[in-house]
Amino acid sequence: MNIPFTKHTLANGLDVLLHEDRDCPIVAVNVWYHVGSKNEQPGRTGFAHLFEHLMFEGSEHHDKGYFPPLQGAGASLNGSTNADRTNYWEVVPSNALELALWMESDRMGFLLPALTDAKFTNQRDVVLNERRQNYENRPYGLAPMAMVAALFPPDHPYHWTTIGDVADLRAAKLDDVRQFFSTYYHPANASLALAGDIDSAEALELVRAYFDDLPPGPRVGPVTPANPTLSSETRLLLEDRVELPRVYVSWLTPPMFADGDADLDLAADMLANGKTSRLYRRLVFEQQIATDVSAAQNSREIAGFLQLAATAAPGHALSELERAMVEEVARLAEEGPTDDELERARVQAETQFAFRLQTVGGFGGKSDQLNAYNTFVGDPAFFDRDLARYQEATRDSLMDRVRRFLNHNRRVALSVVPRGRVDLALAGSAGAVVS
Amino acid sequence: MTPPRGAPNVSRLRLPEVGAARPFRFPAIEKSSLDNGLRVWTVRHPGVPVVAMMLLVRRGSAADPPGKEGLAAIALDMLDEGSGGRSAIEMHEALARVGTRLDSDIGPDATVLSVSALSRFVEPALGIVADMAARPALLESDFLRVRQLRLHRLKQLRDVAGAVADRAFVRLLYGSHPYGHTPLGNERTLSALTVDDVRAFHAETLRPSDATLVAVGECEHDMMRRVAAGAFSGWIGAPARDVAPPADMPVPARVNVVARAGAPQSELRIGHVAASRHTPDYHALLVANAVLGGLFVSRVNLNLREDKGFTYGAFTGFDFRRLPGPFALYGSVDTAATARAVEESLAEIAAIRGPRPPTPAEMSLAVAGLTRGYARNFETAEQVARALMQLALYDLPDDYFAEFVPRVECVTADEVTTVAARHLEPDRLTTLVVGDFERIGGDLAHLGLGEPVLIPLEAFC
Repeated sequence: MNIPFTKHTLANGLDVLLHEDRDCPIVAVNVWYHVGSKNEQPGRTGFAHLFEHLMFEGSEHHDKGYFPPLQGAGASLNGSTNADRTNYWEVVPSNALELALWMESDRMGFLLPALTDAKFTNQRDVVLNERRQNYENRPYGLAPMAMVAALFPPDHPYHWTTIGDVADLRAAKLDDVRQFFSTYYHPANASLALAGDIDSAEALELVRAYFDDLPPGPRVGPVTPANPTLSSETRLLLEDRVELPRVYVSWLTPPMFADGDADLDLAADMLANGKTSRLYRRLVFEQQIATDVSAAQNSREIAGFLQLAATAAPGHALSELERAMVEEVARLAEEGPTDDELERARVQAETQFAFRLQTVGGFGGKSDQLNAYNTFVGDPAFFDRDLARYQEATRDSLMDRVRRFLNHNRRVALSVVPRGRVDLALAGSAGAVVS
Repeated sequence: MTPPRGAPNVSRLRLPEVGAARPFRFPAIEKSSLDNGLRVWTVRHPGVPVVAMMLLVRRGSAADPPGKEGLAAIALDMLDEGSGGRSAIEMHEALARVGTRLDSDIGPDATVLSVSALSRFVEPALGIVADMAARPALLESDFLRVRQLRLHRLKQLRDVAGAVADRAFVRLLYGSHPYGHTPLGNERTLSALTVDDVRAFHAETLRPSDATLVAVGECEHDMMRRVAAGAFSGWIGAPARDVAPPADMPVPARVNVVARAGAPQSELRIGHVAASRHTPDYHALLVANAVLGGLFVSRVNLNLREDKGFTYGAFTGFDFRRLPGPFALYGSVDTAATARAVEESLAEIAAIRGPRPPTPAEMSLAVAGLTRGYARNFETAEQVARALMQLALYDLPDDYFAEFVPRVECVTADEVTTVAARHLEPDRLTTLVVGDFERIGGDLAHLGLGEPVLIPLEAFC
């Protein structure tokens, strides 16, 4: 299984990845800029994401909304920002490929002349509303902020979440935006993937016509903070508008694609993802002391963390859930997965990777995957090696990684409890400060 | 403005023309029926060797008997709790062993079980789905656990503003009508349900005679039919009649509030009962909605988000169902801007009925937005399978998708105004706000829509 492609690097440094899939008369245009909230500075957080919003507000030669011409051509489009990258995509009928390239190239090369204070202020208000909607007004919505702030030290760029701090967003200035664009938004820090109903040679000509002349910007160096470490267990609590208390337990783990990442991804599934997982069976199905469990190996470019979460059923203490998490981690470390668990994990990896080949565009489609591999590994052909990481995991490798990265108390335990019920938090928890 | 740059053969002075689209053709559907009435529909879909399978029963939460709201959903939830010798966990392990995961979904009109699998696993995957639908164990111990989990879920949803708004809004609009509750039901009715209710519902309502099994991907019709005939043998009968809607509909207050002290945003719903999926105005209403609030570039979002900055996004939609479904404007707005957001929203809905007819630019954008990217909706096997389910659920003809684009393209601006005037009634719009009453109540009282009525959570939770 793979995604066949050709790669070309333009003189200005723009990587161009082309993948033909002519079943459906659509093309995905996908642009990654290798910048995310980890490129921000303390006191200036939320910036990468706010900037993403401004990319939809018009550029020099089309100083109007980015959506109308593309939606009018039948496109779906969106963008997103995370700690490590910002991506933009449109899926267009194949006849509208040139339009999409025109629009993407104009905002890559000519955004600043169209930027105004009015647009900036409006989109800052929109982002503040996005923050209210998705974090402040959502049960457990502030937990991620408290968790990453405890896992990573203040000078580590994963210390804050991508949405940023309200005070920082309010303090952001238009000049900061100009500076940010000049530093990060240029061909040499970007990767363009086209996937779908294209002829590669013709598509490359079109790409050259629109992108060749854009000037390269300054080389963006890697972000290299000291490796984060924890020396003991940190216990925190947040009061929130929730009915049932929930506990999150997280450990620092290897970054994306690093040794141990895939093993821990599988371990997360075995521990607490879905009805076949160990903690679901124990806490939700058999003991019925939790209402839900979940797990994720959140691997990012320069560090990762594995997080388990469980919500207590009424009348049950978070300490019961935490104890079960720690015990199941220990059991996985000492006894390893069963043959059946490993076999299921392999088949599921194969199936999930096959499903990922079904769509050319959008978040996680083939164009997005090519850009992800190109940006993070420098190799768009990484698909089959990525799958192999999962297929090659063994009982021993999994036990070893769980032992090294999870089976110890250098972790953060965060209790989220109903307001006024700090007594429901794990013993010894200190109040977390989030804005 | 600096001089336009670019290669000699491109111009930044104007946007490039969009050429003719490659024509889109919906694939042929192969159909047959099993002896028990179960319809088997398949479509060959190129690309990845996977098959998307979905089993549709045309009964959903609207089939909940009065006083037993939540029954259809918990009955669906019980299907994967074991069958034959397998426990719930063992069924999920069996699915995982063939690389797949079950999705179950319920709406007012339909219940759906779906799995997607690599083509070499089609037979075992479908076998497990058939075990669930036709031969669920429905044990009391499992039922008590599942009911408890759903009660916990309902309790947690009291804190999710959007879910509170959805539940209160359908209650306001529909009252005791079968559409007057969401599939979860409420804490009171759910607590009173028994495993016998579930067994009876399965025996009387989850029946194959007009159910449809859809399979899309790398699969042959005859093979699917043969596998389905074996897997679903012994499952027989016709579903009970849907619950009949009452003759009278409620007349809610114009402005209603569910209090959420200290909320940084107000969750907004504005609407009324509108059209069914069978309305002859269907295509024109889609265009009207695209002008009004269906797209990012529609009037409502451009006004509330891009102009005013009140919200992360606001949209409108007609929820077309087998019986008349709701029209609603929905969004989450800054608490301080709540009354102004309601005012702007009501004005936009009123304006599209005639005072501000769609401009030619809005018309072409709305029509293009619905038609030009139409092929995108049929890229994956799962998308095509969902499309087939629409045909099955609403009794649409096989050429429905082929006819969609030409039908939308011939909708005119006058028709948009006409159908908007016919199906949107400003005097009948009900506004619901889930928000900080202390801060928004006063402003809402000055909208000229009467005193806001406070709705306690207990009224619908």
